[in-house]
Amino acid sequence: MTTRVLVAKVGLDGHDRGIKVVARLLRDAGMEVVYTGLFQTPATVASAAIQEDVDLVGLSMLSGAHLTLAPLVVEALRAQGSDIPVVVGGIVPANDLSDLEKAGVAAVFGPGATAEEMVATINQIVSERLP
Amino acid sequence: MTPTNAYEEWRRAFATSPQRSGDFTTMSGIEVEPVYGPPDAEFPGQFPYTRGVHAAMYRSRIWTMRMFAGFGTAVDTNGRFKDIIASGGTGLSTAFDMPTLLGLDSDDPMALGEVGRCGVAIDSLADMRDLFADIDLGSITTSMTINSPAAVMLALFVAQAEEAGVDRARLGGTLQNDILKEYQAQKEFVFPPRQSMRLVRDTIAFTAAEMPKWNSVSVSGYHIREAGSTAAEELAFTLANGFAYVELAREAGLSVDHVAPRLSFFFNAHIDFFEEIAKYRAARRIWAKWMRGHYLATEERSWQLRFHTQTAGVSLTAQQPEINIARTAIEALAGVLGGTQSLHTNSMDEALALPSEKAARIALRTQQIIAHETNVVNVADPLGGSWFVEELTDEMERQAEVIFSQIMEFGNGSMLEGCIKGIEENWFQGRIAESAYQLERSFNEGRRIVVGVNNFLEGNDDADLETLRITNEDEKRQIERLQSVREGRDQSAVATALARLAREAADPAVNLMPALIDAARAYVTVGEMMSTMEGVFGRYVEVPTL
Repeated sequence: MTTRVLVAKVGLDGHDRGIKVVARLLRDAGMEVVYTGLFQTPATVASAAIQEDVDLVGLSMLSGAHLTLAPLVVEALRAQGSDIPVVVGGIVPANDLSDLEKAGVAAVFGPGATAEEMVATINQIVSERLP
Repeated sequence: MTPTNAYEEWRRAFATSPQRSGDFTTMSGIEVEPVYGPPDAEFPGQFPYTRGVHAAMYRSRIWTMRMFAGFGTAVDTNGRFKDIIASGGTGLSTAFDMPTLLGLDSDDPMALGEVGRCGVAIDSLADMRDLFADIDLGSITTSMTINSPAAVMLALFVAQAEEAGVDRARLGGTLQNDILKEYQAQKEFVFPPRQSMRLVRDTIAFTAAEMPKWNSVSVSGYHIREAGSTAAEELAFTLANGFAYVELAREAGLSVDHVAPRLSFFFNAHIDFFEEIAKYRAARRIWAKWMRGHYLATEERSWQLRFHTQTAGVSLTAQQPEINIARTAIEALAGVLGGTQSLHTNSMDEALALPSEKAARIALRTQQIIAHETNVVNVADPLGGSWFVEELTDEMERQAEVIFSQIMEFGNGSMLEGCIKGIEENWFQGRIAESAYQLERSFNEGRRIVVGVNNFLEGNDDADLETLRITNEDEKRQIERLQSVREGRDQSAVATALARLAREAADPAVNLMPALIDAARAYVTVGEMMSTMEGVFGRYVEVPTL
């Protein structure tokens, strides 16, 4: 079955180079990728993920707001009864990793993560979730 | 009478140029000329300015070392500004936070988690006053990197300076105000393109009439490149946007010679050393030819492209961050050999966070080493005449001309219409994303090496650098401050100012700057001014494309 991924930009961060490149690299690996566009809220991302019935949500965060916004996306999904896993890509200082993990973020891809690493990690997260 | 040649003409121009005192010999004592070339070559200060806009270049004056700074509250950033001036920085450049860039007040629900993080939070005149406290705006030039709310920020700046006793006519500096590249690359847009362009028109007309030392638009390729374009795309898209602003001003009744000298440019300095130098040389040449040949400008100042350079943020690595000092030095040197008028050097830690004070000082010291130790400032356009660099310069120009033809075609002969149409149809955005993807693949496949990323990884696990941390405390303090400003102001003056702004925004013939300055004086907030205009102009929503 083809893995479906929703990639999203939450908040005010307009840097969309990374998310677009990653989206295409995931497509190259055979995944179906949906992009929300800019300036989304945690609620709009959660609704889109559920509506699109994706296997995973990827947030691209480059403005330093990850500790505030990523947990809100996880919460919004769980509040709607969804267990869709959430991963984060972008600039996340090492000190923040454990907080994101506690908040339910399944993986963080920092600068230098290769396409192969991302694809392998996503496949693993998605397969662990399958019943 | 013997006919004069280019060299003799240059000699005369050089002799009447301001001269910096200095020792113009090599380290071993060899005298060096201010420029080299055969007598019939093009020389610096000569049309089309491939070799530089001034005859004497850095023999007159070293570039402005303009370090971009902003974080936390206005008080925090004011402290950093003073450090920069004390360390020998010669210009200021303000980085605003995301909410400010998007015209939101710090207590807007969308601002959650973003206040003061990527720059300084400015909500009202009270913050602008703190930002420039004890800094003489009549003697230092100030650049403000802001686009969608550029007119609002200019209004706050003018109101603040006049309150401090500096007349608007004495204010020197630059407003970035380049909205076209926001839709194309940086994506900090608010209003739809045409309504945004009306505000750009208003700021161009206002500064042309009342602020003779002010650059109304900094036409920026920097963000286009950072978003992933090639060097030639950066060059061509930026100059096309510049042509569009000239056409916009012309439609508003301003002559080319009135507006062109007030446009400055802003380019990236990426890591491909010679290509970058060729890009700057081609930029000057193209601008000069188009201003004179196509737009029929008659003043030399209109033909001369002046530019600011910033080293490439995107070239910095989070891995082994100290090695970014070397990358930045190489990139900065390209800007200098390309004849930049001002320069910002990135700090080694900027792939991780906003720069720490120490990292920012090292970045400034990097410029000072280039300026004062290397002697590269003694000879203008030292690479002019290099077969390689001249060929690359020509190739940059050729590629840019192909792109201009395409944009002109979109606009049926109008660069302004072509740029807007290219944005609306996602053409610029698509090209930039495609170039970014191709480059990324070349890294992923190992065809290009990035040290510390896909090769030479030893040292990647070294201890982290101390980086600047912005806490949620700053956000809380800023929101409290904003709320006390809102409570302490004359509410009826606020209502009057906003009613006038809404009324005048609805009439495209009116210049909105006076209404915005009055609103600034009444402590109307950035968010209030922007949402009032949004009520009239509407909001732009980008169609997401991959």
